[in-house]
Amino acid sequence: MSTGPSRAADPPEPDAVVSTADLRKSYVVGDQEVHALRGVSVKIARGDFVSIMGPSGSGKSTFMNLVGCLDVPSAGQYWLDGTNVSELDVDALAEIRNQKIGFVFQSFNLLARTTALENVMLPLVYGPVPPRERKGRAEAVLDRVGLASRMDHTPAQLSGGQQQRVAIARALVNDPSILLADEPTGALDTRTGVEILVLFQELNRSGITVIMVTHDSDIARYANRIVRFRDGRVVTDEAVARPIDARARLAELPPPGEDEPVAQAEEASS
Amino acid sequence: MKLSDCVRASVSSLRANVLRSILTTLGIIIGVGAVIAMVSIGAGAQSRVEDSIQRLGANLIMVMPGSQQQGGVNLGAGSRPSLSESDAVAIETRLDTIAIAAPSVRGNGQIIAGNLNWYTGIQGVTPGFFLAREWQLLDGREMTDQDVRRATKTAWLGYSVYTQLFPDQDGIGQTIRISRTPFEVAGVLAPKGQSGFGQDQDDVVFVPISTAKKRVLGRRSSFRGDDVQQIYLKVVSAEYVDIAEVQVAELLRELHQLAPGQEDDFQIRNMASFLEARAESQAVMTFLLAAVASVSLVVGGIGIMNIMLVSVTERTREIGLRLAVGAKRRDIRFQFLIEALMLSMIGGLIGVVAGIASATAIAVFGSWDVLLQPGSILLAFGFSAATGVFFGYYPAYMASQLNPIEALRHE
Repeated sequence: MSTGPSRAADPPEPDAVVSTADLRKSYVVGDQEVHALRGVSVKIARGDFVSIMGPSGSGKSTFMNLVGCLDVPSAGQYWLDGTNVSELDVDALAEIRNQKIGFVFQSFNLLARTTALENVMLPLVYGPVPPRERKGRAEAVLDRVGLASRMDHTPAQLSGGQQQRVAIARALVNDPSILLADEPTGALDTRTGVEILVLFQELNRSGITVIMVTHDSDIARYANRIVRFRDGRVVTDEAVARPIDARARLAELPPPGEDEPVAQAEEASS
Repeated sequence: MKLSDCVRASVSSLRANVLRSILTTLGIIIGVGAVIAMVSIGAGAQSRVEDSIQRLGANLIMVMPGSQQQGGVNLGAGSRPSLSESDAVAIETRLDTIAIAAPSVRGNGQIIAGNLNWYTGIQGVTPGFFLAREWQLLDGREMTDQDVRRATKTAWLGYSVYTQLFPDQDGIGQTIRISRTPFEVAGVLAPKGQSGFGQDQDDVVFVPISTAKKRVLGRRSSFRGDDVQQIYLKVVSAEYVDIAEVQVAELLRELHQLAPGQEDDFQIRNMASFLEARAESQAVMTFLLAAVASVSLVVGGIGIMNIMLVSVTERTREIGLRLAVGAKRRDIRFQFLIEALMLSMIGGLIGVVAGIASATAIAVFGSWDVLLQPGSILLAFGFSAATGVFFGYYPAYMASQLNPIEALRHE
């Protein structure tokens, strides 16, 4: 787990699913150049659960966008699952996002007026899975996140926690190399948030690599490792000695009403 | 991304805003409907004119005597008896472009058959007249040259006259009286219907020209010997009509020994070209109306572009999400293009129905001649689809160029 700048074009370690070398990103705002990332070298092993932390402006979002192949670095290398994605064009990056990355957003980003099942099937539309297999795959992942009984519900008919589960199912449907979660509990009350973290830990235990951006140091400690960013650089990168067990924490929380809407649940838990 | 996925996504987004979708397509509906209705009306008018020309006799030129001036008073067309049967013979024999030259005289008279009578036009003609005007015989026998030579007292009745005088019996071989002279009814002519000017062409009786002069109209002083009132000319084919007119004029000037600079003592009228000119002005009108209608198609297209741009802005997050989960730029472009295309094609389809309905309504309630043109329907529909693609491309391109990071952050 090196943090120092390394020479570009190092061959990736075989067990590292994410490997960056001296990753840099700068923008031109007006006539000023803003350096969002100033040389980041991070390796994330397959099956790890990593929290990315840092105040706003620290470069953690930029780093996540690069790791998620939503943006391309100004300089440096990035290997994802053995592929040097920093050399790929726009269409190839779209394919990588489709096949190797599962996104989970703070605000869920589900399509309104569209059922949970259809929302989960969305990434399959842009991939090679033949149409007749799509429904089965989507049903399987919805079952995996515990929503087998709510596949025909639209987002408006689901609670915040359930909506986030649909989003996680959508992220998993193409069997990605990494699950990339950006403040996944940010829009949820404490209890529902912990429920989502239970799901993340379960998924992680079954072998899925999870990378989670959060500004909440409490949430971050559910992961095995925390990488802290400041001013475009990695400042600390340390393993969590004893990650919080989400299931145990959930048991300690006061019992709420089931599936309460977000606003009420927040009141109940505060 | 497959076409079916695209169509499904488009349908669901169009259904999410049903009212807006319908209002958006209204321009296309009106445009397509108006184009179809206008072209149908134009085609109807055109076919009516062609019908009239056909009834008049194709490639027909009429020659009439010129006007007479007496002390500065112009007595109008036909007042000078300057055309003769020999003119007709000369035209037919000397001009290759003229197939038939049929002289005729005309007057009016009371016709009596049994206890029925009818006042109508009486026309003295030669057998060539019926050929020139392409007038078929319904019953009886044809007029022959012998009838003319012998000035037989035989008559051929127009269909209207026949039905007036013989409402419920066979009139062929019966005797009728024209100006107190008994005539034998030799034949009935097939109905011609109204002329291009709304006259009943069947309200007429034909007799041999010689008989007409001697027995029917002869007592009036204006008809002497060889004089005729009209010569019908049939040109061999349509492309020679203009040349024939010039040749006939030259020949008549020569026959009438007119000095250069002297005014023609005859008039040449080309009825078909007159009707065609009228048809042409109608066609121009139709074209203008169709052009105005297609402007509405373009306006409709702009409406689609406007709504698609709104839709792209509204759905920025959706676009961002689709890009994040692996949509390529061309997938996004394709999706929005399909959506615009579907909008315009649905509008086009409704427009086709509206156009056919309004054309039919105009035909029924306005009693206009309307002829639906399958070609124009296809063209209008195709144009509406093309409008969708043309005006949908820019919004679709805008959508495809969105930055996924910013799109996902869009509120």
